[in-house]
Amino acid sequence: MKTFRMGGVHPEENKISNDAAIEVMPVGKQMVVLMNQHLGAPATPIVQKGDKVKVGQLIGEAQTFMCANVHSPVSGTVLKVEPCKDAFGLAKPAVYINVEGDEWMESIDRTPDIKRECTLEPKEIVAKLKEMGIVGLGGATFPAHIKYSIPEGKKAEYLIVNAAECEPYLTSDYRVMMEHAEEVCIGVSILRKALGVPNAYIGIESNKPLAIAHMQEVVKGFEGIIVEPLKVKYPQGAEKQLINAVTGRKVPSGKLPIDVGCVVSNLGTCFSVYEAIQKNKPLIENILTVTGKELPSQHNYIVRIGTTYNEIIAHSIGQLPETTGKVISGGTMMGKAVVNLDAPTVKGNSSVLVIGEKEALRAEETNCIRCGKCMHACPMGLEPYLFSALVKNNRIEEAKEHNILDCIECGCCFFSCPANKPLTDEIRLGKNKVRAMMAAKK
Amino acid sequence: MNLLNISGSPHVHSDESTKKIMWRVNLALVPALLCAIAYFGINALLVSLISVASCVLFQWLIEKFILKQKSTVWDGSAIVTGLLLAFNVPATVDMMWIVVIGALVAIGVAKMAFGGLGKNPFNPAIVGRIFLLISFPVQMTTWPQVGGLFPMNFDVATGATPLGAFKEGALGEGVTFMDAFLGHIGGSMGEVSAIAILLGAIYLLCRKIISWHIPVAFIGTAFVFSGILWLVDPQSYMDPVMTILTGGIMLGACFMATDMVTSPMAKSGQLIFGFGCGLLTIVIRNWGSYPEGVSFAILIMNSVTPLLNRWCKPKRFAN
Amino acid sequence: MTHDILIAVLILGALGVLFAVVLYIVAQKFKVVEDPLIDEVAEVLPGANCGGCGKAGCRAFAEACVAQGNMDGLRCAPGGDAVAAKVAQLLGCAVAQGEPQVAVVRCNPANCGEKRKSNYDGLRSCAFQNTVYTGESGCPFGCLGCGDCVAACQFDAIHMGPNGVPVVDADKCTACGACAKACPRRIIELRNKGKKERRVYVSCMNKEKGAVAMKSCANACIGCGKCAKVCPMEAITVTDNLSYIDFTKCIACRKCVTECPTKAIHDVGFPAPAVKPAPKPEAPAAEKVEIPVAEKVEVKN
Repeated sequence: MKTFRMGGVHPEENKISNDAAIEVMPVGKQMVVLMNQHLGAPATPIVQKGDKVKVGQLIGEAQTFMCANVHSPVSGTVLKVEPCKDAFGLAKPAVYINVEGDEWMESIDRTPDIKRECTLEPKEIVAKLKEMGIVGLGGATFPAHIKYSIPEGKKAEYLIVNAAECEPYLTSDYRVMMEHAEEVCIGVSILRKALGVPNAYIGIESNKPLAIAHMQEVVKGFEGIIVEPLKVKYPQGAEKQLINAVTGRKVPSGKLPIDVGCVVSNLGTCFSVYEAIQKNKPLIENILTVTGKELPSQHNYIVRIGTTYNEIIAHSIGQLPETTGKVISGGTMMGKAVVNLDAPTVKGNSSVLVIGEKEALRAEETNCIRCGKCMHACPMGLEPYLFSALVKNNRIEEAKEHNILDCIECGCCFFSCPANKPLTDEIRLGKNKVRAMMAAKK
Repeated sequence: MNLLNISGSPHVHSDESTKKIMWRVNLALVPALLCAIAYFGINALLVSLISVASCVLFQWLIEKFILKQKSTVWDGSAIVTGLLLAFNVPATVDMMWIVVIGALVAIGVAKMAFGGLGKNPFNPAIVGRIFLLISFPVQMTTWPQVGGLFPMNFDVATGATPLGAFKEGALGEGVTFMDAFLGHIGGSMGEVSAIAILLGAIYLLCRKIISWHIPVAFIGTAFVFSGILWLVDPQSYMDPVMTILTGGIMLGACFMATDMVTSPMAKSGQLIFGFGCGLLTIVIRNWGSYPEGVSFAILIMNSVTPLLNRWCKPKRFAN
Repeated sequence: MTHDILIAVLILGALGVLFAVVLYIVAQKFKVVEDPLIDEVAEVLPGANCGGCGKAGCRAFAEACVAQGNMDGLRCAPGGDAVAAKVAQLLGCAVAQGEPQVAVVRCNPANCGEKRKSNYDGLRSCAFQNTVYTGESGCPFGCLGCGDCVAACQFDAIHMGPNGVPVVDADKCTACGACAKACPRRIIELRNKGKKERRVYVSCMNKEKGAVAMKSCANACIGCGKCAKVCPMEAITVTDNLSYIDFTKCIACRKCVTECPTKAIHDVGFPAPAVKPAPKPEAPAAEKVEIPVAEKVEVKN
């Protein structure tokens, strides 16, 4: 079975919401749509107070290169356009909408029929991805139209679909594979056409045998899609590691996947690509997992973007258990801890994960015993213990020389450290300092 | 409900901790301790207990009254040092007070003076042992007679170690490979039984506390190098199997050289480290003034560790 | 025997001579010519290498001084006027004078500590915490409390206060500005020490709208502008919902302090209100009248 070359850890998988079928979360009374739900500059709001909007109507327009369109997830009246605090308590530009009914744009095909034929040319596909505000749903929310516009002089040879879902707890991709395999495969075919690559590989970790079997069955009806079972090892789904596992190629330091002829797309993105291209439906919904060992029940939902964390919690489990220690958006390895539960969800949110008090708190930090476990766990072959010392002593130049910027922040170093040193935090801080230093030099 | 906790990712941790590692090392030392008690009787137990107790006590005192910080004695590292120190001395009555001085040097000078666990450049037990060897050369080389199983005599009947006898020119008299493997030979109490040490080492390997690189490189180098010498002149050099089974090579290679704090981190560095230890041990044994050179070899290689960490980088993902 | 000794002595002697020659040649060849004035200037500097001047250390500051030939734009805050005078004397230029300054932490400690809204459990670094979220207080502009400023201070002049907000020891502070640079939220400002060490400043950096700011912190500046209206010297401006007192204009009359509805404006160095007998409320009022009028005019830059 294929896997990446070095390092990696094996955290407890905890896929306890595997068997919960995707349910539809009802729409709330008021929606707050943030304008920067993607990597890059925020979209510019093009609606004003009092405007009537429909589901799927464009409300935030991408006016710069690194930006994505934002659409209304509900129908109703715009209440106001002003900043709203996001999940981390920081104010972001947003549009508040009072929900009235559920009136969709006429152009959106809401029939359940699966539409297989796609007659669009590659350029038209990319233009439509931009129009529909599609972003990568793997976590980085990179605008899709930029990713699928291959720069001059470069050629894509592989399309790799990341369905590894190596993060503990998350099951949304698994549920999509089980319930919408055909749509996903159509989405993959569309992306394959956009890139002009002969083959697309869907990488799935082998702890999902049902999904692998189901996908293998479905891809028989499609040309050039290959299901690739992968070894269960974190971070199997990290971009560079996945490319390495599937193709054996290595993305050099400071380069992009396209430099080795690869494009990696998340499985959820392929599903939204299908909906955008074939059904004219912009990215207005997330598929997310509500899970946690402390919760009375486990769920997978399809949620309109802009629904608040509190609404999701109230609908799924009523209220947070007394023993809640942490609420995380994403998995336990790379997800972000949420502080403001009144914040709306944004594109790319894949879970509301509740961690108990005992598990949430980090153990006390002790002296480094130079065991080298962080170094052996690092999938990039770096030396986290060294970065820790260099950053602490502000030796930023040296940290850069030791390739601190290669770090993918997967968290394997902290996970494996017996001294509980916050290595990943220190490296992130170091990376910021290195970037600031490089910016100052320019 | 309580306040939400916030931190950067990751939000989970493996169940590894320094404490667990140290206690597992202690557990791995138990077979060797049992063997020592079996061969040298109650003296071995008493010396071990005194050594461990004084190491823990000194660490506690230093942390409490000199460094004025939270006590870390329960992380088990002082116990590891105490056990290893005891294993490196003969199980005699004299040792019961001498080992206390060794513990003071090991904990006070070699460990706490540098800032405690993780900051010591040299293996504390080895520093303690060498200090005793130089300060108390007679007591440190007065070996108890190897009795049968569970001897109960407290006489100071002196025996000899195979290495000592060899240095004197008495070529391996009556000591068979099997004796050496099981530990029915003279020597420091913890290093006599190769099988007990290997048992512990296998446990550590399974627990991934040590990797195979240092022990294999150490013992392999010692075996090959002494083998070459033996082939050249079997009269003046000890045969390679006996070389690695006697003295401190097994204990040193499996427990002392693999000490995480004082050995290199990268695999390549560990191989060089093990190679250096093996080479130096044989050089000291054959051409030095001491019959045994494991402690000195490890100590010298400890001093090279920072350099090896600098040189031997892990292989990067790409490039 | 004597022969052996003689040979040894000769060999060693020859080696000694050889090395001496080599060393001499190398020293001559790689000689670095440096202005001796740099050493002299470096000698009179405090030598703390605090970096407050913006140079990499005291030596770099000395080099900059000598290279420039005067002290325009160069100032050693820890050394103050005394060092400036000495350096100017060495350089033979005019003395650069400056008003003595002190670091001021512009965050209200009353809100923190008990009233925190979350528990930060990550790396104890403000710079890092700032990239994660708002901080425990819930205020996106407030102090994060991990003490990057404390670590940056070379003079032991800033410490964590009881509420998790740092407190500056004005006697030790040399206004080198290291803490201000270390603070990722730019809460720390260098302000004039003021006459009799009396200072008035807005102890808040919150730029949110009034209602939002009040949610973050009961003592937040809500940008109401009352202080600006009451100020006799027009020293107060309100931009982005945040009031700012220009310390070059402020006369420390403290009218704004009493006016501020959220107690966001702090005064430092004034005598404590007279110990009042519990039932009588007049005592603090009487204290306010006491403001020495003569001093008001003198505080100038």
